[in-house]
Amino acid sequence: MTVPADTHPKFSSYAHPEMLVSGEWLEANLNNPDVVIVESDEDVLLYDVSHIPGAVKIDWHTDLNQPVVRDYLQGPEFAELASRSGISRESTVVIYGDASNWWAAYALWVFKLFGHPDVRLLDGGREKWINDGRVVTKDKTEVEPTNYPVIDRDDVTDRAFRDQVLEHLGKPLVDVRSPQEYTGERTHMPNYPQEGALRAGHIPGAQSVPWSRAANEDKTFKSREELEEIYLVEKGLKADDDVIAYCRIGERSSHTWFVLKYLLGFTNVRNYDGSWTEWGSLVGAPIVQGEAPGVFSK
Amino acid sequence: MTSIESKLDELSADFADLGVRDRLTLLLEIAGELPSLPERYADHPDLLERVEECQSPVYLFVEVNGGLVNIFLTAPEEAPTTRGFASILHQLLDGHTVSEVLNAPEDLPDRLHLREAVSLLRINGLRGMLNRIKRQVREKSA
Repeated sequence: MTVPADTHPKFSSYAHPEMLVSGEWLEANLNNPDVVIVESDEDVLLYDVSHIPGAVKIDWHTDLNQPVVRDYLQGPEFAELASRSGISRESTVVIYGDASNWWAAYALWVFKLFGHPDVRLLDGGREKWINDGRVVTKDKTEVEPTNYPVIDRDDVTDRAFRDQVLEHLGKPLVDVRSPQEYTGERTHMPNYPQEGALRAGHIPGAQSVPWSRAANEDKTFKSREELEEIYLVEKGLKADDDVIAYCRIGERSSHTWFVLKYLLGFTNVRNYDGSWTEWGSLVGAPIVQGEAPGVFSK
Repeated sequence: MTSIESKLDELSADFADLGVRDRLTLLLEIAGELPSLPERYADHPDLLERVEECQSPVYLFVEVNGGLVNIFLTAPEEAPTTRGFASILHQLLDGHTVSEVLNAPEDLPDRLHLREAVSLLRINGLRGMLNRIKRQVREKSA
């Protein structure tokens, strides 16, 4: 790692403190040529309204998805995206975004599918940066294109597919959606009915831990102690468990994946990006309704 | 007044003439044209209906006066895409007659050439707004 980690005292207790940066740190590194700042938002126009000086925009829908096969970019396409965004394989990439950093965490997860060595999240995301009165601009970022290498996407380490989830039944699953989506009272997240599925409920055996429990009011991550209380004590998960997290389309569960993997040091946690929009409509996939995790006997 | 259909054709052509990135710039410009709420609504957010199809909080209220429809929409500054959609609907529908608004094309959201620029998922928020406007117009003109 060429760019030193943020030594903010809050981060030091996390399993991988180098994965987060604070506003103070980022402000001090705005002109660091080894740092590339990426904004990734729910709202596709928000970056254009204002952004952190020097930041480039990477949109989950329009940049990271490969619409023809409903998948993420392949190696050559990712190399093209990174190159035109001024990111080299050696860059320290700092990602931030709106909506509690969901899409930022999602983008970080995709960077990790390509094994980008140094990618970090801005704790608290866009909202905290602005609320702290830090500088934003409308100025267009001048990008010097790079030559990012073509890397094969690793779909094994951090990503789970539906067949793997089916085989996984019986092992820990974390459902990070709202309680109403978990029980089956509603097929979609409150206020997001466009992302519905044909059935409502959860994957058998999944424990309900809404993503927001990992975040503070100001959108920063909770302390390690608070996170351990939730995931280890209350839910009984262990850092060496084989865990799969899911939500509706994989963005909120990226946030939880980040928490489990980098803040709590889980060694084997995957994000099921097909999530409920796929599982809820999938032929042959069992579900459970109600508050209990339930079981499924194969 | 120019018909909704002609205004839609014109707007649709404006978007179609642009590359994907410039379509976003145009949408942002249109977002900036969304009129602010008159005081009677600005002071009474309870009168407004929340559009649940949208990811960001967007509220709308329809008035029917002498057979003409007036539409009031608001969305937070940090949701410019939603403001852009609201502004498009305001420009296309506000001031038209009840029957013109009710007959506004259902596929309006698909005709703007925005799918590639903002994604299908986000376009669905626009669809939700249009449906709710029509429903309020039906209720208030009954």
